[in-house]
Amino acid sequence: MATAFQKIYTKMSQITKATCSLKATGVGYDELATVDGKLAQVVKIVGDNVTLQVFEGTGGIPTNAEVVFLGKAPSLKVSDQLAGRFFNAYGHPIDGGPEIEGKEVEIGGPSVNPVRRKQPSELIATGIAGIDLNNTLVSGQKIPFFADPDQPFNEVMALVAMRAKADKIILGGMGMTNDDYYFFRNTFSNAGAMDRIVSFMNTTEDPAVERLLVPDMALTAAEYFAVEKHEKVLVLLTDLTSYADSLSIVSNRMDQIPSKDSMPGSLYSDLAKIYEKAVQFPEEAGGGSITIIAVTTLSGGDITHAVPDNTGYITEGQLFLRRDSDIGKVIVDPFRSLSRLKQLVAGKKTRKDHSQVMNAAIRLYSDAANAKTKLENGFDLTDYDNRCLDFAKEYADKLLAIDVNLDTTEMLDVTWGLFRKYFKLEEVNIKKEFTDIYWN
Amino acid sequence: MTKGTVSGVISNMVTLKVDGPVMQGEICYIETGGDRLMSEVIKVIGEDTYVQVFESTRGLKVGATAEFTGHMLEVQLAPGMLSKNFDGLQNDLDKMEGVFLKRGQYTDPLDRERLWDFEPLVKVGDEVVASDWLGKVEENHQPLKIMAPFQMEGTAKVKKIVQKGQYKVDDVIAVLEGADGKDIEVTMVQHWPVKFAMTNYKSKPRPFKLLETGVRTIDTFNPIVEGGTGFIPGPFGTGKTVLQHAISKQAEADIVIIAACGERANEVVEIFTEFPELVDPHTGRKLMERTIIIANTSNMPVAAREASVYTAMTMAEYYRSMGLRVLLMADSTSRWAQALREMSNRMEELPGPDAFPMDLSALISNFYGRAGYVYLNNGEVGSITFIGTVSPAGGNLKEPVTESTKKVARCFYGLEQERADKKRYPAVNPIDSYSKYLEYPEFAEYIKGVINDEWIPKVLALKTRMQRGKEIAEQINILGDDGVPVDYHITFWKSEVIDFVVLQQDAFDEVDAVTSLERQEEILNLVTEICNHEFEFDNFLDVVDYFKKMINLCKQMNYSIYKSEQYYDYVKQIKAMLK
Repeated sequence: MATAFQKIYTKMSQITKATCSLKATGVGYDELATVDGKLAQVVKIVGDNVTLQVFEGTGGIPTNAEVVFLGKAPSLKVSDQLAGRFFNAYGHPIDGGPEIEGKEVEIGGPSVNPVRRKQPSELIATGIAGIDLNNTLVSGQKIPFFADPDQPFNEVMALVAMRAKADKIILGGMGMTNDDYYFFRNTFSNAGAMDRIVSFMNTTEDPAVERLLVPDMALTAAEYFAVEKHEKVLVLLTDLTSYADSLSIVSNRMDQIPSKDSMPGSLYSDLAKIYEKAVQFPEEAGGGSITIIAVTTLSGGDITHAVPDNTGYITEGQLFLRRDSDIGKVIVDPFRSLSRLKQLVAGKKTRKDHSQVMNAAIRLYSDAANAKTKLENGFDLTDYDNRCLDFAKEYADKLLAIDVNLDTTEMLDVTWGLFRKYFKLEEVNIKKEFTDIYWN
Repeated sequence: MTKGTVSGVISNMVTLKVDGPVMQGEICYIETGGDRLMSEVIKVIGEDTYVQVFESTRGLKVGATAEFTGHMLEVQLAPGMLSKNFDGLQNDLDKMEGVFLKRGQYTDPLDRERLWDFEPLVKVGDEVVASDWLGKVEENHQPLKIMAPFQMEGTAKVKKIVQKGQYKVDDVIAVLEGADGKDIEVTMVQHWPVKFAMTNYKSKPRPFKLLETGVRTIDTFNPIVEGGTGFIPGPFGTGKTVLQHAISKQAEADIVIIAACGERANEVVEIFTEFPELVDPHTGRKLMERTIIIANTSNMPVAAREASVYTAMTMAEYYRSMGLRVLLMADSTSRWAQALREMSNRMEELPGPDAFPMDLSALISNFYGRAGYVYLNNGEVGSITFIGTVSPAGGNLKEPVTESTKKVARCFYGLEQERADKKRYPAVNPIDSYSKYLEYPEFAEYIKGVINDEWIPKVLALKTRMQRGKEIAEQINILGDDGVPVDYHITFWKSEVIDFVVLQQDAFDEVDAVTSLERQEEILNLVTEICNHEFEFDNFLDVVDYFKKMINLCKQMNYSIYKSEQYYDYVKQIKAMLK
């Protein structure tokens, strides 16, 4: 791998589980190197002592390993040839196809100047009412699914990806099982969408530390299509909890003091750097956009754990899935899910009554939850309680379930229908200007 | 000037070997690959000077050279900053080229060529001290003052002052003869190191003047005052940012400075997009005219995040010394604390609670201490009202940032997950939240003057009712609807009226979003009347029906334009229901 004029080092001074150190000069911070053919990155320079983080782990590296510094940070070759291809965390093809030819770009590049961004304002329709009606997605948004590992988040995400009208879909898989990898591959190819997809995969079979490169690879590809080709790009990242786990492994091996839940103190900044790549560019800059839908797996539904907690502060909302025992289907949980950008489109790109109808329905659904608690505690239910319970069941079935596929106007009409069926006018608490039109 | 060479790099912490004296906090620039990276000295041990770099250190090599500047991190203060967007180091973001932020790109915060209509306020022979007003210019209808240098010592004599006319910020507008007999040339530009508080005022009394925000749960229930401090902790998704934006849009302040510190870029974009369109409800002019945004979003370099809140506070102090009312909002102070933690971690300091640095509490209280209502040396008043948000990890308020802030901030607006889940916005918990100013006799005296002396007792009575309502709700949950007397239901529903009509407010409804003090008084009186009314019901179902109808009418009233026909119609219907 070394060219004639490159200096080769062969004397390690220290080898740990993930890093090795040696004496070297003229080395730049963040620079890539190969250690015995394995890819590594400079993480610490003290005088002439350089510490390298070896992505695949240091197993098998001898003290006289050949170290060659490559003089560049991790990079990806970008061009239209990326479309339809599958890559590993280093950006090398894993689908048997040829290497990509194109411009070499360093990954993890600079952020967009906030004054050069545009406020997101384009609705991303998914047909799922739990999303479109209650938690509308907007282009340029970043939003994760908070899900337990057994929930069908990858299926829902694939569904959203296929229905959303994106020019390119970039999938970044971190610690994904081989089965899920094939699920995505098959879903995309069955939908005939392969030419719109670019995938970067780190499966559970690959070394854990490698997956730290995946989000930056995926987003560098996304920036190419959004900035240079002015396309609407949808980035799917699953699962960022595995990514954070790798961060904690590295920081632990670098002897850093852990903060909450053994995560590094920089977790917030690390995650923000990824999510903040979501952007809507103004017309002057081509009008492209990057929308990020990610997955954060929870342990036992605990959202106070450092990973979902920090994520919640960074992303523009979050989506929760839940199995509804009344209807035996998976629904998008209306209480805990939230899309912060929904007011940018609700009532503006959708019908005017959108916000009020959404809020009223959720309030009544919450009254139903209270009635349920009453029932479980053995108290008598009032007529209102019973009506709420019936409403909740039909609302979950006709709107919240993930197998629903309607446009937003239909969703609103269905909800009004349910209001009229179960409630009195004053019980729904909606502005008169809307009840005048739709309460008949 | 002292020079240095890089001897080590760990992320954004760099060690330098230097050839001369350096100062703690001194700024230096490191040269790498054609870029100049701004850095700040954070520690000196023997031969090694540790600096934190405000940029990415990618590609930085041992042996790179650094040049020290001899000064600490400072801002330039002059007319021309209003309605600008700066980063945490006071670079003008609009002057930057390209879509992406380029490393090592620093831009001038001021417009050097712009002409200002200057009018002198002193004459030759007058004696002045630091910060005294020498003249005035107008920017976006705000009367700005040109002041004697902040750092000037002792009393100086005005030797020369230019006549009324147009001048640039760098033009010499006055010459002062200093206490030491040397001449001091004064331009419109001041420099100030951001980490030091400006104490150029005569006294800082207890604040007392209500700061109207148009948000009922604040103004009516837990008022904040001009020069007061408050904080808004809350788990994500409880509406911190919406509440903060509402306050910054509606508050009765001359200047609003928003420090977006480590938060989402799209939230800043929302301000960029909306504020130039929105109208200040008090003056009728565009909101952007009175606003300055310091944007250091979460993906921008971490070290500059720490600087951003100080930059914002220093600008606020500059305007306060001109006798203006400044509102400073920082979203979020937790991100600032996290930036401190990242650095402290890299410096391998012994950690305090949750791995935060040990001096976190002191830093937070010093920072809040810079706010306040002041009497300036010339008898005029100025104020900085500071409201910070806190993002407690896991929504747990027993964490170092929240606890340290609670010790210093006088108003607490605790956002609650449960309320947010029920869509009861703003999700400020009505029982745990407080405003210490309600207990200030100075405040009571002031309120008596602008409203009346019944206001505070009425507010306190409603607070008690909220508390009682919560207790009863718990009992009903345990005993069941039939298990408690009908009276309990009435008391509970009265507290629901307070919640729905006074506390809950639709920030996205044009009318309901902002409520004038006059209207708040009418609502308070109406709700007090409903609460004091003696009701007779046979069973609890009638109670529920009655109050749901009542709440619905009150909400329609809140949605109606104040004093419109529709408004009076709903008031009439509500009064009729009470008969």
